Amino acid sequence: MILAVAGLAAAGTFLVTSRSLSRVVLGFAMFGHAAVLALLASGGPAGDPPIVDGAMRDDTANPLPQALSLTAIVISFGLTLYVLALARRQQQLTGEDLVEDDVEDRRVAASVERHLEHTDETRAIETHHEDGSGLDNQPADRRDAGETSP
Amino acid sequence: MTSVLGLVAVLPLLAAAIVLGFRSRATVRDVVTLVALATTTGLSAALLVAVDRDGTVVLSVGGWAPELGIVLVADLFAALILLVSTATILVVELFAIGQRRTPSSADPSVVAPMLLVLTGGVSLAILTGDLFTLFVAFELILVASYVLLTHQGREAQVRAGMTYVVINLFASTLFLFGVAIVYAATGTVNMALLAERIPELPAATQVGIGLWFLVVFGTKAAIFPLFSWLPDSYPTAPTTITAVFAGLLTKIGVYVLIRFFTLMELDALGPLLLVISGLTMIIGVAGALAQDDVKRILSFHVVSQIGYMIMGLGFFTVAGVAGAVLFLVHQIPVKTVMFLAGGLIEDDQGTSALNKVGGLATSKPVIAVLFAAPALSLAGLPPFSGFVAKLALVDAGIATGAYVIVAVSLVGSILTLLSMTKIWMGAFWGDVTPPAVPASSRRSVTVMQSATMIAVAGTIAVAVMAGPLWRMSEQIGGDLLARAPYVTAVLG
Repeated sequence: MILAVAGLAAAGTFLVTSRSLSRVVLGFAMFGHAAVLALLASGGPAGDPPIVDGAMRDDTANPLPQALSLTAIVISFGLTLYVLALARRQQQLTGEDLVEDDVEDRRVAASVERHLEHTDETRAIETHHEDGSGLDNQPADRRDAGETSP
Repeated sequence: MTSVLGLVAVLPLLAAAIVLGFRSRATVRDVVTLVALATTTGLSAALLVAVDRDGTVVLSVGGWAPELGIVLVADLFAALILLVSTATILVVELFAIGQRRTPSSADPSVVAPMLLVLTGGVSLAILTGDLFTLFVAFELILVASYVLLTHQGREAQVRAGMTYVVINLFASTLFLFGVAIVYAATGTVNMALLAERIPELPAATQVGIGLWFLVVFGTKAAIFPLFSWLPDSYPTAPTTITAVFAGLLTKIGVYVLIRFFTLMELDALGPLLLVISGLTMIIGVAGALAQDDVKRILSFHVVSQIGYMIMGLGFFTVAGVAGAVLFLVHQIPVKTVMFLAGGLIEDDQGTSALNKVGGLATSKPVIAVLFAAPALSLAGLPPFSGFVAKLALVDAGIATGAYVIVAVSLVGSILTLLSMTKIWMGAFWGDVTPPAVPASSRRSVTVMQSATMIAVAGTIAVAVMAGPLWRMSEQIGGDLLARAPYVTAVLG
């Protein structure tokens, strides 16, 4: 059980950190399952069913983690759907299912970089940094696009 | 009084259901939303008075024993933060009603029910006495915030919303893991029982649990180094929504951090908290200095100010925790007001980029005043509430002998003032710029400005009532660190 939790959590984390949104969604499904399994495992070993042949049994399974797991499953199911819907919307808007960069953040970073280079000793070659290329919202680190698009 | 505890959590959710049913009928929707929010605020105020007079109120939902069922607990800390939060949401809803006829507006048929769901979640998160209900409450808040952030479906919002959802979902799942770990180690998720059992665990397990929840709640509270999602996602939402997020969401994370770390006696992590708080303050404010858009600057300040509260908690002294509580009470309205004032700028000028607006001090003096008061308060200048709160924290730091972090916090304050000056010079001084958008109707501007004025009055009230508030904060700090009042109130 613990091995299953570890495996699912590791695979889930790996997928969540990828740039492709469909992988992120899959990663969340796995990570969520890992959490639910961990909850179940925290309740101790499996016990008997509560009623057998009309008689109550004593050494039944702990019901509390089961109740918690059920709640967690419902929540993670709903949120997985929400993320899927959001990914679909992203794909409609941009035509790709990739995690985008923050354009405004890139712009500020670029202007700071420009400023730093400007004040450096490289004043002689300052002409090429003023062409506004920092505003470009197609940053260079989109290089894994070919590998991840369907 | 026990029934009030259930009501403040359930009433907004019921109202949300009703409002969803009347989505297209604007008058019914507004009236129901405002009445529900006002009632919740009134009940919270009554609760605070009752708790202050008679002590902690506990409700065992469904009559189950606290060990088995769900308990809602209102001690002074919970009641105080609850009142501030619900009152803030009420003011924001008022602003939203004014804003709806303007081009920058959010869809009111979505905002009203989702704000109500958010209120329900916030109440539940503040009042809950067990870890799993806290998880559910967080989900409630987050689902509402996901919808609020992305419902307009613009490209920037979907992009930022994706980051926001992914990071928060990840933190929530980690929370679930944390619940499993705690349950496996102690056999309960009830916080009062945990307060008895966690200090009995081996020291390493305690630190492990503490670190785990530091990551979980720290992501919600946006502490260093888990804050990067915040300045990315907040500015893309419409103003009203950013105001609620900035005022409440991270602060609920801080509330839970204070509650959990004091109750579980995790003093061992104090020095780590202090280091994190220093880095949060400085890096947050440094990020703010690099930005040139009002909403983005303010978003970085949200991060920076979280550092001060964590600093108070990190001291683990009565004065430190009391300072953190007072800072929390000061931050919730001030942050909201700042974003509302930013919203007024955006509504007037069509943008909040500093290089595109200017001269507002002459063309719109009302906005200038409404911005200046909370800005000075944020930087911690007397006589505003920020000064009182920061004084309390610095005092606590000097009493503990933690001079380094005190110095760091003062540097952070000066940098905050610097970046407020940047907004002031950019947006309020300089040449008057012609607005890029047609002016909003007089009526909606009046409603928006009066909502902001009420909120500014609220922040000033915090400064005026600093005496009683400080007495309350000290009592809260003492109770939290003593832990026994909470535990005996719940377990009887």
